[in-house]
Amino acid sequence: MTTPTTLPDPGGSESEHPAGAPDAAPPDLPTAAPPRWRVVTRGAGTVWANRKARLGLLVLAFFVLVAVLAPVIAPYGPTANDFARGAGPSAAHPFGTTAAGEDVLSQVVFGARISLLVGFVAGALSTLVAVLVGLSWGYVRGPLAEVVNFVTNLFLVIPGLPLMIVIAAYLQNSGLDMIIFVVVLTGWAWGARVLRSQTQSLRGRDFVTAAQFSGERSWRVVFREILPNMTSIIASSFFGAATAAIIAESGLSFLGLGDTTQVSWGTMLFWAQNSNALLTGQWVLLLAPGLCIALLATSLSLVNFGVDGLSNPRLREGSGR
Amino acid sequence: MRYFLRRLGLFALTAWAAITLNFLLPRLMPGSPADAAIARLSQNGPVDAATRAAVEAQLGVPTGSVLSQYWDYLGNVVTLDFGVSYTFFPSTVASLVGSALPFTLVLVGLVTVAAFVIGTLVGVLAAWRRGTRLDALPTLTGSFLAAFPYFWTALLLLFFLGYTFRLFPTSGAYSPYTTPGLNGPFLADAVAHAVLPAVTILLTSLGGWILGMRNAMIGTLGEDYVTFAEANGLRSRTVALRYAARNAILPNLTGFGLALGGVVGGSLLVEQVFAYPGVGYLLYNAVTNQDYPLMQALFLMITLSVLVANFVVDTLYGILDPRTRR
Repeated sequence: MTTPTTLPDPGGSESEHPAGAPDAAPPDLPTAAPPRWRVVTRGAGTVWANRKARLGLLVLAFFVLVAVLAPVIAPYGPTANDFARGAGPSAAHPFGTTAAGEDVLSQVVFGARISLLVGFVAGALSTLVAVLVGLSWGYVRGPLAEVVNFVTNLFLVIPGLPLMIVIAAYLQNSGLDMIIFVVVLTGWAWGARVLRSQTQSLRGRDFVTAAQFSGERSWRVVFREILPNMTSIIASSFFGAATAAIIAESGLSFLGLGDTTQVSWGTMLFWAQNSNALLTGQWVLLLAPGLCIALLATSLSLVNFGVDGLSNPRLREGSGR
Repeated sequence: MRYFLRRLGLFALTAWAAITLNFLLPRLMPGSPADAAIARLSQNGPVDAATRAAVEAQLGVPTGSVLSQYWDYLGNVVTLDFGVSYTFFPSTVASLVGSALPFTLVLVGLVTVAAFVIGTLVGVLAAWRRGTRLDALPTLTGSFLAAFPYFWTALLLLFFLGYTFRLFPTSGAYSPYTTPGLNGPFLADAVAHAVLPAVTILLTSLGGWILGMRNAMIGTLGEDYVTFAEANGLRSRTVALRYAARNAILPNLTGFGLALGGVVGGSLLVEQVFAYPGVGYLLYNAVTNQDYPLMQALFLMITLSVLVANFVVDTLYGILDPRTRR
């Protein structure tokens, strides 16, 4: 909330209201505005009312629970390797063991931690950057917008996966924080571009013009008038960014560019391919980690369907009742 | 006209910035190719100064000031001279890229176009029949398939269709007994090798187009002009295609332009799983073998092609949506 105050007034109007001046309070605000917590619970209710989103939230909650309770749920430690090597499913090891003699089920359970962590941290960070950049970039006109355009284009043109693996190659040894950093670095520009297009089309609307003429400051027009109209786009760009981060992490780990000693779904597939699980027919080892990545990513996309209804009541499922 | 000239200037500026970034990136990172090679050598014993100098000369480690290096680099970029590959010595980087490019362009290019066309049309249908089975089926399967990691879909197809049922070849772009060229046996063989990678890319990219089009069109379906067109009694196909879809396609078109630019980069993970000799596989090999000249040239080429696509899309945007020209 600090940068937007420096935005130039796009309407070119000279009247700058001093902060805290009595007439700065817009008179047309709804007087009986509901308290903030009511807005949040009502939004959550809207998402929950959508059947697809409810399914997504349930799956997501399941994975969060598994990640948090991993030490309780997993029968063994993720790196304990004193079992039979490359064994098929049995009572002691429901998913079998890896070629290095680790319990596959325990690895799948502990792997949830890495994916959720990377997904949520990288998704939140890139959405934050995308909102700040996208909205101010779409609202202002003139040289500042051109500079932002230039920087964003530069980040957009650098393809994510090649950049990630090239940096990983230069650094030779990349951990989890490095993966998050590169995912955010390559991920924010997409959201910023989408939000900018939407802001550009909204800034000419009557309610924005009215807000400008009533003397609201630029940051207030952008973040209080325009932003609420884009709640669903922002929320969906968060879930999109989180999904992308989860898949990027698994891809990097699968290529062996992350920390291969850390147990994540991606590194499990890396070791599965390197130990020829394809040839020995250990399909559970192949299926389980990938299915978890896909389910987690799908649950995030499903939540997105409920988000559609947040800013457009006509899209709410069953609103015709 | 002014709009396009300004875009062109910006494009040139961005291209220069990307080329410079490609020059700076390895120099900003700790270590150098020679350091990496010497680190490997020093495992067998101490490395003296003469050996070090020999390694540096062999790897072509640049000498002179950064500015003169930069000047040489710019000259090399203009003349497309990217030196000699470390791993595939004595092949030049340019010849390696030249032999990988056709495979990637045909495979990834055709699949990208097909995925965009099919996905967008399905997305229009899904948005128009929102809430029905015609909406739920493609959006659910689409988002589920899009959530699959590329490489995992590839691994599964390889495992079941390649190894278990032996329907398709498991690696490479053509069999060694065929001679590459425009002859029947080679083309048939190349198509058979391309099926699994193509199906993988199609399956995993289709969902993005469906969802993108559906979500954008749902936005325009809420607009007054759509309600107005419907109230006017226009045929529903006209309303769906000429009113709602036409205004909703811009984001998908942007994505398509950028995806076309990304075709040159290939599909790294898929090409790696199937050992398909395209640009992505070449980049993977360059990275794992620390082949810096090859890596740098590939990264520059991939970046510049996306940049060109971006420029074209920006220009088209100005034509399609006059409001953005202001």
